[in-house]
Amino acid sequence: MRYLDEYRDPELARSLLDRLGRVATRPWRIMEVCGGQTHTLVRQGIDELLPAGIRMIHGPGCPVCVTPLETLDRAMAIAARPEVTFTSFGDMLRVPGTHTDLLSLRARGADVRVVYSPMDAVRTAVAEPRRQVVFLAVGFETTAPANAMAVLHARRLGLANFSVLVSHVLVPPAMTALLTDPDCEVQAFLAAGHVCAVMGWTPYEPIAAHWHVPIVVTGFEPLDLLEGVLMAVGQLEDGRGEVENQYARAVRRTGNTVARHTVGRVFRITDRTWRGIGPLPESGLELSPEYAEFDAARRFGVTDLRSAEHPECIAGAILTGARKPTDCAAYGTRCTPRTPLGAPMVSAEGTCAAYFAAGRARIALAGSPP
Amino acid sequence: MTPQCTTPRHEDERVLLGHGAGGRLTAELLDALLLPAIGAPAGPLEDAATLPPIGLPVISTDSFVVSPLSFPGGDIGSLAVHGTVNDLAMRGAQPVALAVSLIIEEGLPLAELRSVVESLGKAAAEAEVPVVTGDTKVVGRGAADRLFITTTGIGRRIPALHPSAARAQPHDAILLSGPIGLHGTAVLSTREGLGFEADITSDSRPLHRLVKALACFADDLHTLRDPTRGGLAATLNEIAEASGTGAEIDESALPVPGPVAAACDLLGLDLLHVANEGCLVAYVPEARADDVLHTMRRAPEGASAVRIGRTTAVHPRRVDLLTRVGSRRVVDMPLGEQLPRIC
Repeated sequence: MRYLDEYRDPELARSLLDRLGRVATRPWRIMEVCGGQTHTLVRQGIDELLPAGIRMIHGPGCPVCVTPLETLDRAMAIAARPEVTFTSFGDMLRVPGTHTDLLSLRARGADVRVVYSPMDAVRTAVAEPRRQVVFLAVGFETTAPANAMAVLHARRLGLANFSVLVSHVLVPPAMTALLTDPDCEVQAFLAAGHVCAVMGWTPYEPIAAHWHVPIVVTGFEPLDLLEGVLMAVGQLEDGRGEVENQYARAVRRTGNTVARHTVGRVFRITDRTWRGIGPLPESGLELSPEYAEFDAARRFGVTDLRSAEHPECIAGAILTGARKPTDCAAYGTRCTPRTPLGAPMVSAEGTCAAYFAAGRARIALAGSPP
Repeated sequence: MTPQCTTPRHEDERVLLGHGAGGRLTAELLDALLLPAIGAPAGPLEDAATLPPIGLPVISTDSFVVSPLSFPGGDIGSLAVHGTVNDLAMRGAQPVALAVSLIIEEGLPLAELRSVVESLGKAAAEAEVPVVTGDTKVVGRGAADRLFITTTGIGRRIPALHPSAARAQPHDAILLSGPIGLHGTAVLSTREGLGFEADITSDSRPLHRLVKALACFADDLHTLRDPTRGGLAATLNEIAEASGTGAEIDESALPVPGPVAAACDLLGLDLLHVANEGCLVAYVPEARADDVLHTMRRAPEGASAVRIGRTTAVHPRRVDLLTRVGSRRVVDMPLGEQLPRIC
């Protein structure tokens, strides 16, 4: 099939791995920032095909994982209200808050619905004017334009029963925070192709220059990732630290100007606490004052919430690449997708869930390699 | 009903609670709609049906709660027949009779009910299996999601066949009769209005004739299963668990229609977990695999049959996938409902 099989061709994969084996003269540690890329790497077993010495470090780019616990608790407090129809993308439903999750709340009678687009939530608000429809607007730069469009559309329609609980996060500040950590092991980054399709790669240029770190904008198919790793290793071997674009079929240097402009109209940059990582300055988006009337947190005044992580979860260390899921004492036993202690075990893009879905829990517990 | 009840008017176009109350309205619903739609023969309705003697009887029951009621390639009526016929077929049985129970939500348009039940009747006729008994209940609005159907099937096992999940053995070839992922993605795209309908239609169909065509392989047909809910991943794991064998399947051998692959990629769904309704996996000794494949391909339901893998004694009870790019991963049981991802 065109546009899919080409990027999964086994012979091309083998040839890229051979080239990688020839180019790499010493060990290198490369972080794929994006959870979608983690999912492909683990699901396809690419991380285990790489030449010995090339180690992939799984990054913090799972939007479900880094959504602050406080936001989740707030979401559930709003969703529990009888007048509210709470809408969310599917993989947010299982994320544990301090006490429960949205799926359990739904089973107990809350009106929680899965949507595939924030515009679906706007349509629900139009169709059901007596309900207060709330959309949980989380994610990285990729989901921000559509969420901004939903707010603009709601304003145009004059909807008084639509609001968003916003908790967007931004990738470049997280990369900077990782590099600032003196224990950081990351020597090169694979930047997420879809984030760059929106924002371009100019935000990465100062990071690459300042830290002299290779950053390769990379797609999501197996061959994209192998080529991205090859380009990153090429730079490391040459002693270069630049931004390169592996994902030329989808990404331009300046990204999507219309999408960026839309995001800029509706949101403004703010400090944000990342779940598992902590507060990062200027790392999030919130509604700008002009659109504050659509702020669900303000509309429903949910405060006085006491949020607390499960003490056994090492999500922070997982999200920064300091530990692997299999290093966690609870992994695959007390923490599974059915009973996740922390967010990385929930979404398909979470590192722990990606490991679990690829059966590595069974291998880890059985103690035998596949 | 008491005299004080407001008698529902028969010209109403929606199902009323009274249609399930056992009175005149129920009789009208049966006589004017359900029995003709199913294609039931004329005659008195008895409380139970008698059946001819059956050599090796097999029974299966299943409830169908699909939403929406109709989807590209089928509807809940045909699905209720195909699902039960296939469950019988997977034990090597040919269907003899079906019992059908309808639970209808008050307010369902009669036209929609008629359409679904006519489809059920047509599917039963095409599968050459009569609906011999049934039941109708109407529940209040909100107590059911439009229409639920429970179908019980009685079948006669082909004497030579005794396929079972527990009979898979090391060094069996694993064969698949057709493409995967069609039913689940067709239903999902219709339910959520995702717009894949034009490209993807459900594979819902009866498989008993395909199984009959394989009867000549007798004892060599170790295992038959249709990978419905939970998809191929659940089915292969169930067989591995029941038989104590391991399984290895090749990703590059899996027949996945392009639009299904694209839909799964877009939604973040694992196509190994997506439901099917018209294909089966067969475990046969390696030495018979080519003959079985050849026979499968001569039947319309197995025209695109392929070998997708093999069983092994090396890692009992575990299913491995050899990926296209040359690595290996474990295929685990799906957790539950698949939830589409954010981005």
